[in-house]
Amino acid sequence: MIVRIFSDGQYRIPEDAQPRLHELDVQTVNAIDADDEAAFTSSYGALVELIHSAGERLADDDLEPSDLMLPPSDITLEEAREEFTGEGLIPD
Amino acid sequence: MAGLTGRMSTIVKAKVSKVLDRAEDPAETLDYSYSKQLELLQNVKKGIADVVTSKKRLQLQEASMQQQVVKLDTQARQALAANREDLARVALERKQSVQTELQSLDSQIGELEAQQQKLIDSEAAMRAKLEAFRTKKEVIKAQYSAAEAQVRISEAATGVGEQMADVGLAMQRALDKTENMKARASAVGELEDSGTFEDLTQLGPGKDDIDRQLEAIGAGGAVDDELAKLKGEMGAGAPPPAALDAPAPAPDAAEPAQGAEPAEDAEPAQDAEPAQDAP
Repeated sequence: MIVRIFSDGQYRIPEDAQPRLHELDVQTVNAIDADDEAAFTSSYGALVELIHSAGERLADDDLEPSDLMLPPSDITLEEAREEFTGEGLIPD
Repeated sequence: MAGLTGRMSTIVKAKVSKVLDRAEDPAETLDYSYSKQLELLQNVKKGIADVVTSKKRLQLQEASMQQQVVKLDTQARQALAANREDLARVALERKQSVQTELQSLDSQIGELEAQQQKLIDSEAAMRAKLEAFRTKKEVIKAQYSAAEAQVRISEAATGVGEQMADVGLAMQRALDKTENMKARASAVGELEDSGTFEDLTQLGPGKDDIDRQLEAIGAGGAVDDELAKLKGEMGAGAPPPAALDAPAPAPDAAEPAQGAEPAEDAEPAQDAEPAQDAP
């Protein structure tokens, strides 16, 4: 599976790391729902860390599309909430 | 999947395919996204320039606040030397608040710097993908049937499209930050203009109330300092002054005991601003 972290790059994630990735993703969303900044920072930080450590970075000129996309690692809780409720972070 | 990742992916994919769907045949898809990319890269260049300008402005502000810290520190020393602990306290309080302001400025400059770097990296990745895309399109067209080529080219174009969304987001965030900084810088500017800021952290080279009060006692204090300094410099030939005596052990603040009142004699030596020299 290929994951893109915005403002970072694309990573090929081995299958055995995927359950943990989903787990952290759910934790992150729960933290957003609970409006818990500290929990958000730590769970999203762990998610990014997992991708960096378990994933293999693709070259910049690789044209493979990603299966999953994540917001930038320094995203704030407020921006993340915008991602769910507003127009989303991605400009047209 | 409904997580943050899923949400983000859905949005990006929808946007990318909206762009790519406008073209029907592979060549058109390529050409369309190619011109789109060039357009975007031009905007990114402007975006980067904007961030740099904004950063420079903050750095100028930072420099003048650093000068202010030095000045307030000098004022505090002068005030203490003149036995004006109250005045020294005011100067130190202001120094504190300028320093606090400086710290936040510093972290804002850091953030701006980080956004700028991300934008530059994103743009570089975009260029790399663009080049790869242009090469690959020819290879694909040569190797596959039209239908197959269409599928493969669309896939490659999606990879480029994602990067486009990535650059777009990096740019938007950098510009948002820049806007915030601009607003902040002009707010500080307005405070300065209205004189409000002057009380707290006067940035200009003019004189504030601490200066004025120091000047008021300056005839005594600063001139004495000048005198003491002069005496020290000329001391070589003169009878050894208090220099080698045990330094006045008086535990109460002000060390320069020359305050006695030789000030009277010093009166004629009224230079424009003798206060400047006392470090």
